[in-house]
Amino acid sequence: MQTTLISGAITRKLRRLAPQLAALFAILALITAISPGFLSVTVQNGRLYGSLIDVLVRAAPVALLTIGMTLVIATRGIDLSIGAVIAICGAVAASLVADGYPLVAVLVAVTAVGLVCGLWNAVLVAFLDIQPIIATLILMVAGRGIAQLITEGVILTFNNDDFAVIGSGALGGIPVPVLLWLAAGLLVGLLVRRTALGFLIEATGINRRAAMLAGVQARFLLIFVYAVSGVMAALAGLIITADIRGADANNAGLWLELDAILAVVIGGTSLNGGRFSITASLIGALIIQSINTGILVSGFPPEFNLIIKASIIIVVLTLQSPALGFIAGFFRPPGAGQPIGTASGEHRAADKAGTTRTDRTATSLSTGERAS
Amino acid sequence: MKNARNLPFLATLIVFLVAYGLCTLQFPNMFSTRVIANLLSDNAFLGIVAVGMTFVILSGGIDLSVGSVIAFTSVFVAVLVGSFGLHPLTAFVLALVLSTLFGAGMGLMIRYLSIPPFVVTLAGMFLARGAAYLVSTQSVPITHPFFETIQGLYLRLPGGGRLTAMAMLMLVVFAVGALVASRTRFGANVYALGGNEQSAALMGVPVGRTIIGIYALSGFLSGLSGIAYTIYTSSGYSLATVGIELDAIAAVVIGGTLLTGGTGLVAGTLVGILIQGLIQTYIVFDGTLSSWWTKIVIGILLFAFIALQRAIIWYSNRRLADGASRGELRGAA
Repeated sequence: MQTTLISGAITRKLRRLAPQLAALFAILALITAISPGFLSVTVQNGRLYGSLIDVLVRAAPVALLTIGMTLVIATRGIDLSIGAVIAICGAVAASLVADGYPLVAVLVAVTAVGLVCGLWNAVLVAFLDIQPIIATLILMVAGRGIAQLITEGVILTFNNDDFAVIGSGALGGIPVPVLLWLAAGLLVGLLVRRTALGFLIEATGINRRAAMLAGVQARFLLIFVYAVSGVMAALAGLIITADIRGADANNAGLWLELDAILAVVIGGTSLNGGRFSITASLIGALIIQSINTGILVSGFPPEFNLIIKASIIIVVLTLQSPALGFIAGFFRPPGAGQPIGTASGEHRAADKAGTTRTDRTATSLSTGERAS
Repeated sequence: MKNARNLPFLATLIVFLVAYGLCTLQFPNMFSTRVIANLLSDNAFLGIVAVGMTFVILSGGIDLSVGSVIAFTSVFVAVLVGSFGLHPLTAFVLALVLSTLFGAGMGLMIRYLSIPPFVVTLAGMFLARGAAYLVSTQSVPITHPFFETIQGLYLRLPGGGRLTAMAMLMLVVFAVGALVASRTRFGANVYALGGNEQSAALMGVPVGRTIIGIYALSGFLSGLSGIAYTIYTSSGYSLATVGIELDAIAAVVIGGTLLTGGTGLVAGTLVGILIQGLIQTYIVFDGTLSSWWTKIVIGILLFAFIALQRAIIWYSNRRLADGASRGELRGAA
């Protein structure tokens, strides 16, 4: 009985992740076909090496951001500021390390800075009721200026081997950045899925007004998701700063928020809020990084990078688009089927009017998730 | 109600005039047509693209691809003129056709694949930037008599200011944009879409055609802005104008257009551009402030204007509610 329940849950999970896993394996297979050495993993100096490991390491910043971004998007929000938060946190970390503060103090201070940035966004969204995209745009624009204020316009470098471990060290053979994003993903994932938090976040995303009327503390949830997003950006900032042993206020984390949003979208979480999967988003982050690394190792001229990346993304998005729902429906668990062609504009408009609505996410939630 | 909706624009205008007045108090030299003409010329390409962004945002969408399209246009024109020896005008037409088609393509995806504008234009941003890299990764200089002729064109203002051809082009684009928004059927459709897409469709607004038209217009103006940028810098560079979409969005928001769509004025965007230009000019005049203050001040301004908009919406909603309840009473009596 217990085992059938567990195996049922695993099958459902696999079905949910099937499109993302298929995309990831297809891309990995394609790269391996072009450059056969891609999959080989070796152990040197007690640390794993190889292109595959490199994908996992390089994916760390985006993967961390994706964790927070998934929750934010699930509440029907978006966080554009995380790239700028990375720059601020990187600047704080570099200046503290350069001033010789102990490692623990630096970590605590940087995490606190990320938390404050997240809370700033949360206040704008939850209490001033500003649209998330504009609320976080403010910090996105001002953040890099603040970071430059901290570094005084120069690229701050430092020499501290203890701190550099976060970016390039290894624990038990596994690189520290990989451990960090795996741990963060597991922690946040368990926190939202083993409690009612995740369910309440989805309710807020589907219809904040209805959720509040039903007694959900939507404001608290919004504060929670933007705070998580800020802290994840702080961790990503630590990794990037430790990796290059310096803070570049102009370029650290530049456009990473866009990669994170793409990862979430590729992971199948709707920008209209509602049902989310952190695992699928993390696979989305791995897909993006596999494309990046794959183009490099395949020996294409670097000019081709962006255009190949954009083309693959457009193909993935088109396949996932609601209008082509019949393809996506092929992968969906039975019972979660829904009418094809519900215009996304319809519920956007309905929501703007502040009315209740039943949309794709809502129906799939009640039929698909609750059935489990 | 109409007055309440124009309040953000008026507030922006007052902020600009007061700020400019304070600046001239500190630096009397800033009160000259030279400074104003330079301010317009230096921000011409940003202004042109911001007009397109205004239409996109009025309709409730967003276009992240404009910076990349500008870079692509500039490299494309530079290579066509420099390496292929085409006449600049031919290159301009080709670039405008390409950028308009690109915008229309994004509009098609938004409309018929129901993918959110944010994601579509994000992919478009990568695609256009990638296409620019494909054309050339080098900075391509342009030396052509036609370019020198255009750069030599200017209108001498009283007081010694030189209103360049690009500044005039921007002002013309703003004037045409304002007319299209307020006096044409297309403009009315854009406002209707931004107000409420479902209601607009029910009222008979051709939603698909309007959405594709809006993004095609934004693509066209990005291309035009790319041409202005090419003339301004006499070169094409695929790494140019990274993040210009943020400046354009900031100008639109500071100009009083609601990011939810449906409310705003094209003229407000011009004031938004002028405010950003004024901050940069002030930093140049001051000499001790660093350039990063621009970003921080723009961030603070964004916050101030958004907070103001929230307050106005809250206030007008309350008045509406008051009015409605009073109306009911009268009806009952």
